[in-house]
Amino acid sequence: MNVRNLHLNIDFLGSSGVVLSTEQKSTLQSSLTVVQHNENFGDLYFWGKILGLNKDYYIIQGTPKEPSAFERKTLYSQDCMNWGLLIPATEDMKKQAKVITGRFTGDPAYEFEKTIISVRNKEKETPELSVEAEEEEEEEEEEDDDESLDLDQKTVSMKEEDRMAAVIANIDADTALVPRGAYVLDSLGKIYKNRLFEGLSPFEASKLDYYFHFRKPSFVDHRTLIVRADLDRAIDFMDNISEDIPRGCWSIQQERGGSLVTIRSLYWVGYTFYHMPRTTEYGSAYVGTGEKNIDLPFML
Amino acid sequence: MSALRSASDLSSPRIIDSQYVDEKSFLYETSTVTGLNLYDHLARVLTKILNEKPQNAADVFEDYSRNEKRPKPAPSSRNASVADEVQSKTELALAEIQEKLFSKGEGEDDIEVEDEYPIPNIMELSFFFEQAGIGLNREEMFRVGMALKNLTENHPLEHARFWGKIFGIEDNYLVAEVEYREGDEEEDEDDALEEVSEEQERQEAEENEEEDDTPKMVHRVSVVPREEMRTGANKKTYFVCNELGKPWTRLPHVTPAQIVAARKIKKFFTGRLDAPITSYPPFPGNEANYLRAQIARISAGTHISPVGFYQFDEEDVDDDDGGALPDNFIINTEFEPIPARELASSSLTSWVHHVQHILPQGRCSWWNPKEEEEGEPDSDAEEERADEPQPEVGPPLLSPLSGDADVDGMSPWTTSLSSKLVPQFAVAVVRSCLWPGAHAFAFGKIFENIYIGWGHKYSAHSFSPMQTAPVQDEYPTEPKITEVDDPTPEEEAAAREGQEEDDQDEQDDDGNYDDDDD
Repeated sequence: MNVRNLHLNIDFLGSSGVVLSTEQKSTLQSSLTVVQHNENFGDLYFWGKILGLNKDYYIIQGTPKEPSAFERKTLYSQDCMNWGLLIPATEDMKKQAKVITGRFTGDPAYEFEKTIISVRNKEKETPELSVEAEEEEEEEEEEDDDESLDLDQKTVSMKEEDRMAAVIANIDADTALVPRGAYVLDSLGKIYKNRLFEGLSPFEASKLDYYFHFRKPSFVDHRTLIVRADLDRAIDFMDNISEDIPRGCWSIQQERGGSLVTIRSLYWVGYTFYHMPRTTEYGSAYVGTGEKNIDLPFML
Repeated sequence: MSALRSASDLSSPRIIDSQYVDEKSFLYETSTVTGLNLYDHLARVLTKILNEKPQNAADVFEDYSRNEKRPKPAPSSRNASVADEVQSKTELALAEIQEKLFSKGEGEDDIEVEDEYPIPNIMELSFFFEQAGIGLNREEMFRVGMALKNLTENHPLEHARFWGKIFGIEDNYLVAEVEYREGDEEEDEDDALEEVSEEQERQEAEENEEEDDTPKMVHRVSVVPREEMRTGANKKTYFVCNELGKPWTRLPHVTPAQIVAARKIKKFFTGRLDAPITSYPPFPGNEANYLRAQIARISAGTHISPVGFYQFDEEDVDDDDGGALPDNFIINTEFEPIPARELASSSLTSWVHHVQHILPQGRCSWWNPKEEEEGEPDSDAEEERADEPQPEVGPPLLSPLSGDADVDGMSPWTTSLSSKLVPQFAVAVVRSCLWPGAHAFAFGKIFENIYIGWGHKYSAHSFSPMQTAPVQDEYPTEPKITEVDDPTPEEEAAAREGQEEDDQDEQDDDGNYDDDDD
């Protein structure tokens, strides 16, 4: 959510358990102003909090003054005062982060290690991955049940900082909601905020179809022509969240009798998005452990 | 044709008129595609811009133009307006319900300071929760307090506190933990429900018995009985509501079977108490029971207090026999507040659990399944002792947190101080890693637990459901037990004839019988 009115907007998420203490709010107010000036950000967003075992991380994201597509710079801090820039996550880093499980510790320099034992079956060429979990440097004993199996050991190690950057990128790719009509695509291909966005109507706000992922669209063009004819190409250029797999991974609720719509992700537990219908108020935050809920299909 | 004319050309009015008319009629041309005409469109856009006078009007001109072009719902279309009306009605309805929360009850004008006020000081707790960065926002907590007050007015309660909030897919649950006053227990409701369901089961069993005569299994699986009210896992009663202001619903007591099953499944709550839980192993109950089981597990695992706040009653300690552990405690009136720094140290020695641990059996006190079969004489005394199941033991009440098992190699609790800048007045905060969402804070003599989350345990490994039982073997087929069709009458007749022929053959040899009828 935009930091401009953070201390007021965070109230919208209060019913989801997202609370900042008074000390944090006042520290953030001063330090974020400094950051915005130093980094020359056009807009600064409070992304959320990643809970570590010993300490928590506060994450903010900023967009440059000339917004270009979906670019954002991410910064983190442990005390809301000193902010460090996170390097943008590469594809490699994202893949590695998907393998590593376990909580964040709270020490940015901590190294996560994971040994992947892959079994290569001689008859088929495709290797099968079976992941063994370990965090300390323990040597796994290879089990050679079958003589024809070749066991490959690969150790993946990642610094906590990099893992955090990758996890944030993964979360943004799967969440980062905006209401329909908030952003506009002009004929030159530039995306910018719709100044005439007045908020969704209460009827629209209660439907998942009116919310989009704020990311590079991946399946907009796969829709049939009939569906595309009804869409407004200027605003319907992003992916709809009602098409996310597995269906039912978003929980949409109306609080305060309908004057506040809260959408929670069941896939990344802790991501909450709020919108007040008929106003331009909307925002989101992630407060969680930074782990994907892979058990989602069992839990629905 | 439509180029700018210089002043000299203004001489001929007729030409200007015709040009003007031409160009104006061009502007009035309606588009074959959308039915708009440029003149009206420009008029509307310019009117809107002049009314609103936005900054950088020239830059936002396209936005206005596009907005005007978007098909607007006709005023006569009912869809949006009806839905909006419905919305405002629900908002209004909820606001009216919540208004009642704020109305003072009768007889409250004489301010009697009761010694035993059943509800804690909600605003004080909400202040501390906010300092710790957990919980709900202040207005919501105040409404929680009012709702609790409402609850105590409708039921005879000794204590009531806000247990926490559990999120669901369609709706959330706000949970209140209460303790009834001695002797005022409303057992009727819950037991009545149970009696009804038991009767139904009995009736169904009888019906089934009448219908089939197949032999029943003699071996009976004994069901672990649930704990009595006010003991063990049923020590406290829980009320839930979906939205503050709406009436509170009491959750049924939890049975050990439900706790055992709840440990094996992982499901999101939907928000409806009567929703069925489809899972493997099948959960004995609906969402209300699952919710109650999870609440019991969370309470047993994460309700903590600073060491020394509660102590065992001395009378109970004297009555101790070898095996029984004290399960009741009282508030220590001589409690000395522990400094925040000690409470927030990662050694966790200054916190203790004050809710009994739930054994693998699903109860807090071990129940011996052999005790039920008292009537059956066992010939071999040795055999009996060998078959005696091992009593399950768990950590005793008021055991410190430092004895808690690690989660995935990490400490199961995270401690911190609420403020780094003012540590003198900081609140000690403890967060559970095993049940994400369970928090506790302590400051001086005040402490509280709260749970805000989805109601699931943390596990570093992904959940894998219980495997189904292996397919049971079929009885090996032997000719002795293989079913054979009964012989048909024709076959019987043929066999009898064959028999008679044999007899006759034998008798012919005798020569006594005459074949002829003469």
